[in-house]
Amino acid sequence: MTTGASSSRAGGNSARPVLVYGYGNPGRQDDGLGIALVDRLESWAAAEKIGGLVFDSNYQLNAEDALAVAESRAVVFVDATGEGEGPFEFRRLAPQAAIAFSTHAMAPEGVLAFAAELYGARTPAWMMAIRGHAWEPNEPPTAAALLNLAAAQEFLQSWLRGR
Amino acid sequence: MTRKIVIEPVTRVEGHGKVTIHLDDEGNVAQSRFHIVEFRGFERFVQGRPYWEAPVLVQRLCGICPVSHHLAGAKAMDVVVGAGTGEGLTPTAEKIRRLMHYGQIFQSHSLHFFHLASPDLLFGYDSPPETRNVIGIAMANRELATQAVLMRKYGQEVIAATAGKKIHGTGAVPGGVNKSLTAEERDRLLKGDGGPLNAGQMVAWAQGALELFKDYYRKHKDFIDRFSSFPSNHLSLVRKDGALDLYHGVLRAVDANGKRILNDVDYQEYLQHLREEVKSWSYMKFPFLKALGRENGWYRVGPLARLNTADFIPTPLAQKEFEGYKAATGGKPNNMCMHTHWARLIEILHAAEKMRELLQDPDILGGDLVVKGRRQPEGVGIIEAPRGTLIHHFRVGEDDLIQMANLIVSTTHNNEPMNRAVNGVARSMLTKAREITEGMLNAVEVAIRAYDPCLSCATHAYGRMPLEVLLYDDRGQLLARRRK
Repeated sequence: MTTGASSSRAGGNSARPVLVYGYGNPGRQDDGLGIALVDRLESWAAAEKIGGLVFDSNYQLNAEDALAVAESRAVVFVDATGEGEGPFEFRRLAPQAAIAFSTHAMAPEGVLAFAAELYGARTPAWMMAIRGHAWEPNEPPTAAALLNLAAAQEFLQSWLRGR
Repeated sequence: MTRKIVIEPVTRVEGHGKVTIHLDDEGNVAQSRFHIVEFRGFERFVQGRPYWEAPVLVQRLCGICPVSHHLAGAKAMDVVVGAGTGEGLTPTAEKIRRLMHYGQIFQSHSLHFFHLASPDLLFGYDSPPETRNVIGIAMANRELATQAVLMRKYGQEVIAATAGKKIHGTGAVPGGVNKSLTAEERDRLLKGDGGPLNAGQMVAWAQGALELFKDYYRKHKDFIDRFSSFPSNHLSLVRKDGALDLYHGVLRAVDANGKRILNDVDYQEYLQHLREEVKSWSYMKFPFLKALGRENGWYRVGPLARLNTADFIPTPLAQKEFEGYKAATGGKPNNMCMHTHWARLIEILHAAEKMRELLQDPDILGGDLVVKGRRQPEGVGIIEAPRGTLIHHFRVGEDDLIQMANLIVSTTHNNEPMNRAVNGVARSMLTKAREITEGMLNAVEVAIRAYDPCLSCATHAYGRMPLEVLLYDDRGQLLARRRK
């Protein structure tokens, strides 16, 4: 996990950072869109000297991510999606206690519910789902997905500035 | 009338699998199968790529155990670059790789036990699915859930420090590693930053998890001993002196009574001893020991198998637990499926002890990272991944491009045992059942989950799938459908 220029976990809620968490497998073409966006946003935040942001990424979400969620004042999960018209969908997330634990990974709603149950966290959360088109074991993302990525980046930069 | 029940795909395992259970007109289980229904050829994908890319490329297989693929690929390429077959690396390189591997074992096993298996054990496999999950664990036992989170986090931090990053780590390279630890990294992992994320705490929590299981076992001995129990052969790597070694060793197999049926062979020669059978109804192959043939040569891999093949565990606390574990079967091989959880917890303790030991070894700070020798045309790398024996075999041309790849992953080794587990549970739970309840179906899954299968690796397929249950009659007509 890397921390923005002036992020801090000390103090009250307002001093806590906004967590931007990308997940997916960048070795599988468009499945890596979430991680690619987090990489871009981290570079942008550093160049623009925008503090209060924390960036992290992994192959998938899991229970230990509840701790990072609980330590943040807001969280944006970023993932690729194979559904929707694109270029992206940005929506508010709510905890779901009755999670469908279908794989070794957890859904973001499940992580939120786990953070709420374990740490009493009520962290507001959003999902940035970027439309992808191909999932083969190749790099980089497809050209169409990169256009969607750029649109998502522009939107989130504006959104994060307002946080 | 014959009815057919399909569980598709299985929850809390990776990838796409389904279970079909055929009932005859009297309600008896006529046949059951554990299927794989998706396939893409990863082995073909790596053909034509430079050999030095393999340790990173193979992590694309899936995000569940990328470290195991990373290390198995690197071990195969050690042979290709002439760095020997697992024993020729510098002390720093071997110990950094081992630390990475034990970090992976620790976090993967912790995930499986706390998040996937313990809900079944603590609440019962027939308890409401709404609470039979990790959220339910948090509600019922906050301290346990907190420990589970931090054990996972610690393992991830060990991986990040040794592999360089969490995603597509580059730490292991053909012939060694590309980084060692700094003193600051070592101190942080060994002592923590004043919090619980330190090596000693991980050992203590691993011991606590074992006590939790043993307490459960005392109260539910009949279930743990009997559920999906059946005799089998067992295969794993062991150290040359017979010790449990998850990173390197020789191949050993024992039968259900402990007779040695594969006697500590060099794994570069695995093709002389193992074969894979293809069956029309599954994309996942069925490996077997060539000397025993298709019918009798199948075997289990993973924690249960490893504690059956190993003579001892070379860390003191895990060895003490191993002695108690072996006493439960009078020293004979353990063929009880649910004891896999017990074996997995002993391995968590062993991994915690190994990490603590390695973090106190000055070699992990060394600067001698890579060795190379005479270039070889092919190499085999085998590692004991969390789920069992993982085989990577590559052939490389004079142009340094990969010509052939063969991967046999842990879940593929366990294909036949998982099929037998499904069959046994189906017969005991579903025969003459008037109603197919969620609990009954989950019981079938419990048997599969004990093997912690990762089907995205096993089929070289990708994706996440929910659970679907289909019920057919003897004419193949769908009677009922259930999806989780």
